[in-house]
Amino acid sequence: MTKYVIKRLLIAIPTFFGITILVYFLSSLAPGSPLEMLMADPMATKEDMEALRAQMGLDQPVIIQYLRWLQNLFQGNLGTSYRTNLPVMGMVLERLGPTLILTIASTVLSVLIAVPLGIVSAYKPYSPWDYISSGLSFIGASTPTFFTGLVFIYVFAVKVGILPMGGMYDSGIETLGSMVRHLILPCLTLTVFNVGSILRQTRGSMMEVFSEDYIRTARAKGLMELRVIIVHGLRNALIPVVTVLSTMIPFLFGGAVVAEQVFSWPGLGSLMVQSINSRDYPTIMGITVVIAAAVLLGNIITDIIYSILDPKIRESR
Amino acid sequence: MEKKERIKKDSYSRDVLKKFSQHKLAMLGMTIIAVEVLLVILLPMVMELDPYTSDVLNFSAAPGPGHILGTDDTGRDLFARLVYGGRVSLMVGLLSAIISLMIGVPLGLVAGYYKGIWETVIMRLADIFMSFPSMILILVLVSVFDPSVWTIIFVIGILGWTDFAKLIYGNVLSVREKEYVESARAVGTKDLPILIKYVIPNAFAPILINFTFRTAQAIIQESSLSFLGMGVQPPEASWGNILYAAQSITVLSTRPWMWVPAGILLVLTVSSINFIGDGMRDALDSRTKIRKK
Repeated sequence: MTKYVIKRLLIAIPTFFGITILVYFLSSLAPGSPLEMLMADPMATKEDMEALRAQMGLDQPVIIQYLRWLQNLFQGNLGTSYRTNLPVMGMVLERLGPTLILTIASTVLSVLIAVPLGIVSAYKPYSPWDYISSGLSFIGASTPTFFTGLVFIYVFAVKVGILPMGGMYDSGIETLGSMVRHLILPCLTLTVFNVGSILRQTRGSMMEVFSEDYIRTARAKGLMELRVIIVHGLRNALIPVVTVLSTMIPFLFGGAVVAEQVFSWPGLGSLMVQSINSRDYPTIMGITVVIAAAVLLGNIITDIIYSILDPKIRESR
Repeated sequence: MEKKERIKKDSYSRDVLKKFSQHKLAMLGMTIIAVEVLLVILLPMVMELDPYTSDVLNFSAAPGPGHILGTDDTGRDLFARLVYGGRVSLMVGLLSAIISLMIGVPLGLVAGYYKGIWETVIMRLADIFMSFPSMILILVLVSVFDPSVWTIIFVIGILGWTDFAKLIYGNVLSVREKEYVESARAVGTKDLPILIKYVIPNAFAPILINFTFRTAQAIIQESSLSFLGMGVQPPEASWGNILYAAQSITVLSTRPWMWVPAGILLVLTVSSINFIGDGMRDALDSRTKIRKK
């Protein structure tokens, strides 16, 4: 088991470097050098510019810059934001919590909705219920997150007025209750988008499991139907569902960018949009690193869940 | 012998077509997309639509005579913008899916057929791309280059290659050891003809299905990008940048005509394309049975 996890970690390392290299080199292609943003001062001479360039290490080749950046990363230093002049590490860590709350809450909610619906659909396939639930989840997955969010704000915050429009807390009241009230709409928005793919997978794999011999055996033994479905069926059907979940992790963070922007949720996504608008490359890189790490960690967690669900994996590796 | 095979093949494609035409939602989706494409192409020819000029007397006007769907905050006619925006959104979806296909299919073929170092590099790269939110890579890329319609098409297209590559890679692996490929190789057929004649036809169905889903995905990505203000830039219209107006709370709560129609069109279009893809998946799946009337 530990060996298995270590192996997965070792595979994750090149992926991590791959992503940071990709984003670093992409942002170094940017036409407007960050210096121009800093030196908007018309009094600055050419020599001043050169001095600043050298001081920031921007006169070096990109590879050297990347290596230096990497060296700093391992010392826990992500550089200084061009926009706020604060250390990037602090800014990013401050935003990580809200993003994790949002993505984890919506993943849990999606699973809680999609798995039972998927089981019901698989139990009575091609029934009206099956058509309704897969049709609705299909439309949910076809609706851009921002539009769902706007509709939710319009209905629940503007018209009905029971939920806040955005933000994470009511001003001045940083309580859990206040946070939950602010979490509901963005969380639902992401859930609407994600339920479809989990439901589809649950339905598909449950249908396959229902035709297996061991289900017939379990029924023949006279077990209660619910027990057959949950214990014998669901446990086996969950493995492909976990696969879908693990491939969804990057999408979750991508969707969070948009949802956070719509609901002014103070997470990494809205920081990303601000940073991109002001070409604040150190912050962009910092967010990239944290998201890459979070995605890889998520993958490792799903791998561990696999090995718990499936003894075959546990044994063979 | 030959005749017999032809009959068999014909009846297979006839079955597929029949199953597809029995998928009601897919047929509905086909109709909606066909009507939309016709409208965005034909309407500007038969009507006098001007999506760019401001009507200075009518800023943020509600729907009424003169502007059947109202105007936006700079007095531009929203009906005209929806039509022209539809052109942009549909075009971005289709063209970027074509780019993804043109990158992903050859890479997947090479990785699966030649294996070795190609396989490691290409598939590892695909893993890297897939394990990072493409929305964020798209944002970074668009900020680096100028956000024009073509940049957006290329960026979304280039980042969508992984699904195609993975699909065709899996397919190549499963056929490359088959007897008919081996025998083709044994009689001296070159690699390229083998790939074109034996490998691609096998992967055709999954590629087609993925192409439809990719198109839908690209439309969502473009609209999200434009909604964030980093996609298609005004005065050019796209459904996403029409919705950008709804970031203002006044527009959102009191001027629904400025954002609801564009949103509904987006949902309708993306759902239709997804339903078409779903119908294809069912039709090409041999386990799906033809329903007798």
